[in-house]
Amino acid sequence: MAYKGKVHKFGADINTDEIIPARYLNTIDKAELAKHCMEDADKHFASKVKHGDIIVAGKNFGCGSSREHAPVSIKAVGVSCVIAESFARIFFRNCINIGLPIIESKEASERIKAGDIVSVDTAGGIIKDLTTKESFKIEKYPAFMQKIISAGGLMAHIGKK
Amino acid sequence: MGHTITEKILLKHTKLKEIHPHEFISAKVDICLGNDITAPLAIEEFEKMGAKKVFDNKRVVLVPDHFTPAKDMQSANQCKMLAQFSKKYDIKNYFEIGKMGVEHALLPEVGLVLPGDLVVGADSHTCTYGALGAFSTGVGSTDLAAAMITGECWFKVPESMKFVFKGKLGKWVGGKDLILHTIGKIGVDGALYKAMEFCGDTIENLPIDDRLTMCNMAIEAGGKSGIIAPDKTTLRYVKAIKDKRRAGNGKFYESDDDAVYSSVTEFDAKKIEPLVACPNLPSNVKKASELKDVSLDQVVIGSCTNGRMSDMRIAAKILKGKKVKSNVRLIVIPATQKVYLECVEEGLAKIFIEAGGVFSTPTCGPCLGGHMGILAEGEKAIATTNRNFVGRMGHPNSGVYLSNPAVAAASAVKGRIAHPEEVI
Repeated sequence: MAYKGKVHKFGADINTDEIIPARYLNTIDKAELAKHCMEDADKHFASKVKHGDIIVAGKNFGCGSSREHAPVSIKAVGVSCVIAESFARIFFRNCINIGLPIIESKEASERIKAGDIVSVDTAGGIIKDLTTKESFKIEKYPAFMQKIISAGGLMAHIGKK
Repeated sequence: MGHTITEKILLKHTKLKEIHPHEFISAKVDICLGNDITAPLAIEEFEKMGAKKVFDNKRVVLVPDHFTPAKDMQSANQCKMLAQFSKKYDIKNYFEIGKMGVEHALLPEVGLVLPGDLVVGADSHTCTYGALGAFSTGVGSTDLAAAMITGECWFKVPESMKFVFKGKLGKWVGGKDLILHTIGKIGVDGALYKAMEFCGDTIENLPIDDRLTMCNMAIEAGGKSGIIAPDKTTLRYVKAIKDKRRAGNGKFYESDDDAVYSSVTEFDAKKIEPLVACPNLPSNVKKASELKDVSLDQVVIGSCTNGRMSDMRIAAKILKGKKVKSNVRLIVIPATQKVYLECVEEGLAKIFIEAGGVFSTPTCGPCLGGHMGILAEGEKAIATTNRNFVGRMGHPNSGVYLSNPAVAAASAVKGRIAHPEEVI
């Protein structure tokens, strides 16, 4: 898959309470969750993000609560993929399970700046920062996860089985 | 090459002959769990999939505990989804208000989790049950939906980190301080993707409630699970459960002497003092005695971390005959109906109320900024809960300090962070 968008940058240890605060967890309506995406990390994120934009963050992105509402809100607000130095594990598996593309890259996380235009080619295994002309290699997902991703998520994967 | 307790439990839940860290496996679950926030998404996926039944109606557990008793109409609708789903699929372990408690205090109490189990829960603090010698980990709602249908879940076999605690604990020091000390040393991603195994003579002498507190917060170090090898204390605890919802006493596993760990860390438990994690990370740990200038607006005693009977007794011991400082709100929330009733019968409820605190029905409530004690802008609270991220208990500009129940109770009396010895 290929994605291209403007980068919104976040720091280390962004937790799921910041991604979707608990005060909005009394609904599972995706459009409603999208309205409050990243609200406690950046109050105006949901209003300024454009379809296809990319989140780039530091280490341990998505730590804390297991709430799947966090990746659901990121996907629903139109973010095409998330690049981080590392991801917290429940957030990571939630993304694989619901089909939100995530990429672990320390180098990309450090080098890419807010506002850069970035393209991501998962099949080709490369991230290109079109603003700075830098590029970064993407490690392939293990075969087990690739099966879930290519099925379109966990439910589609078990449906096939 | 030997294996860790975590590897042994995972292996027993697969058809494989052996497993190793980093391998991907699909494993059978003994229990899968959801609550009023995470289960609605799972139920939606379950229905979308067109599933006709759950894999085992005794092994799916639904506990409406986060925004309950329902705090608003939308929360009520989410709870209704759980109730209707439970009726439709004849879920035997659905806990309605009046029977429910904070899930991770409730499940061990009713014997739904046993040593040797493999448990997944759509709640990050599912790692709590490692205290009984089970492999137990938090997952997402889609994982829960898949587990409810297939009875299985996918895992990457984690590496294990060994934490050895040696020596006798000081007065007013408990499991909370041991885990805060650990998180303070390794950081909020220090155990990322890994199983945290706690052992040593300190742990062998540690009561189950304190073990539950420790494993509960493994996730705050990024851990996949926390685990303590089951022993005589565990067996005594499991045997003593009244009206146990599962048969038997579980299976007792232990790590081999030559098991492989990614790291081994030794802590001198004698030297650990009552600790406090300061805003806005559970790893921002300082000694309670060094934080006497932090004034407080609210004190919360409860949660899946420290809302059990022993926590209530410690808090009551400090608060007996004393008054909560004026302009400070003390909110005591026993984690289950059983704990609540015991507090009433033992006279603890009277102590809390006479001290000027409120004594509430079980709920996760304030811990996640849900209800029953939300902080206003600029306010500060000390809580026996597990997280102090930005805005965790309310306004993004409020602050949460995490401590054990003795420090929290003493702080309620002083109106600022206090060491228990200042009050007793």
